[in-house]
Amino acid sequence: MPEKIIEVRNLSKRFGSFQAVHDVSFTVYKGDVFGFLGPNGAGKSTSIRCLNSLIKPDSGTVKVFGESISTHRESILGRVGSIIEKPDFYKYLSAYRNLEIFSRISGKPSTKAEIYKMLDFVGLGGREKDKFAGFSHGMKQRLGIAQTLLHNPDLIILDEPTTGLDPQGIIDIRNLILRLKNEQNKTVLLSSHNLAEIELICNRMVIINKGRSIVEGNVSELMNGENLILRLEASPMTAAKNVLLAWKPSLLWDNVGDSSIQFPIEKSEIPALTKLLVENKIEIFSLEAKRTLEDYFIKIVNQ
Amino acid sequence: MILINSIYNEIIKIALKPRSYLGLAAITVLVGVIQFALKADGMSIISFVTSSFEQTLSFEGNVLNGNLVAFIILQMLIVQIPLLIALVTGDLVSGEAAMGTIRMLATKPISRIQLLLSKFIAGGIYTLLVIIWLGMMSVVLGKVLFGTGDMMVLNSDGLVILQEADINWRYLGGFAVAFLALFTVSSLSICLSCFTDNSIGPIVATMALILLFTIIGTLDVRVFDPIKPYLFTTHMASWRSFFEDPLPVADILRSCAVLVAHNVVLISVSLYTFHRKDIQS
Repeated sequence: MPEKIIEVRNLSKRFGSFQAVHDVSFTVYKGDVFGFLGPNGAGKSTSIRCLNSLIKPDSGTVKVFGESISTHRESILGRVGSIIEKPDFYKYLSAYRNLEIFSRISGKPSTKAEIYKMLDFVGLGGREKDKFAGFSHGMKQRLGIAQTLLHNPDLIILDEPTTGLDPQGIIDIRNLILRLKNEQNKTVLLSSHNLAEIELICNRMVIINKGRSIVEGNVSELMNGENLILRLEASPMTAAKNVLLAWKPSLLWDNVGDSSIQFPIEKSEIPALTKLLVENKIEIFSLEAKRTLEDYFIKIVNQ
Repeated sequence: MILINSIYNEIIKIALKPRSYLGLAAITVLVGVIQFALKADGMSIISFVTSSFEQTLSFEGNVLNGNLVAFIILQMLIVQIPLLIALVTGDLVSGEAAMGTIRMLATKPISRIQLLLSKFIAGGIYTLLVIIWLGMMSVVLGKVLFGTGDMMVLNSDGLVILQEADINWRYLGGFAVAFLALFTVSSLSICLSCFTDNSIGPIVATMALILLFTIIGTLDVRVFDPIKPYLFTTHMASWRSFFEDPLPVADILRSCAVLVAHNVVLISVSLYTFHRKDIQS
């Protein structure tokens, strides 16, 4: 069994009459890229703030590296790098000066060369002396990532790190997370409401909704038991629909343009259906099976 | 070590924030204006003050010298300096909460108590620098522009003449007590700053409290008499006691004790509040 890096049990937090988090539990193991998935307002940020000791929970336990955050706060935070919600820095200071300030209290102060190297690593080389106030959203996120990684933490917590980024920025952050896992064996907790992001990067996840953790597990295993959506482009389409109705009279499909339809199907049924269409002289131009986290998520959240 | 690093961080932040220089610039301008006015028409002001004594005393020598000018300046400016201090120290916590940087700081392996203490210490260093600058501008520049000599002080007991050689230590003592009073203002504004995420609120609230306590202190109403000795504003003018002869040591020590007690309470309340605070900004 891999080492437990984060262990949250029955975490609850109330703000006035609003129950932000209720009985949330999950475990993150060493080397995981762990997805913390939930719609806006689900309680993700509150849970993450409890992990970082920014908020004191009303009840429940939070253990990081096997120690309680409430009793070993400083030693734990020295091994954690976090971006919570959005990276906020001193507007009147340069990128270099901002990193220097946070590095000085990180437990492992970095040299000027290390700070420059990190800025270069996140694509801010040459902008070291520019004021944070003049940075674009993408540059701010990159500086946030630099601040997170500068003291070489074992656990990286990223709360919505791709929000507001352009497509290239999103790809860069994804690649960076995968590099941190694959090349440096870092453990990453990635909070997001972006389902595709979780699906692409994470090996394990928890889904949280209305302050409660609904399901936790391996991303691919969680999705295996679910129906697929099959998108079929074939000709003649009318004949193809007749074959489908004969095969399964209760089948309902959606038309996608003039020559394609999509419908739910179980993975085991696909070979038989393909064979049936070919035997009935239907020309198949494309057959695309989709199993999206989005479908899974909506189903789980609506349960 | 991390506390020293954090104090260094706070000093860097204050030093690189343009607002921090407003206080120093304001002192420079205000002192410059007062010194210009005294240079241009100072003797007529002095004559107005000394006219009631001229039948029994004769004044000779450089009456309007640097020592007296510095005293006049300090008396005029000591009301404004707290605002200049609160302008910087009032948002040391709440300004960071409004900016979101307090969240970033609080995820670092430094205890919240150390984090807040570093802000108090940095606020104290800034206050000290403001006092030193005020001293440089009023006493040193005053002596350069107006020369030196014996000092004539008019207080509630009458006219006090202080020998030239007997003055510098009085200014040192006076500035030390003024620093303690202004550090209390700094502590008050940082304390208020711990209760809000709004950066302007604590600055305004600090000034409002100073104004309120000053009014209570000056109102000749019996119901306020029991609390007057315990208001820190009552002791903000204690620096003047150093220019009395004989020196009212007991009064000065009492003022210092009240100011220190205020600081202990304000810092303790701040540490307790900040330590328990949920950071949601």
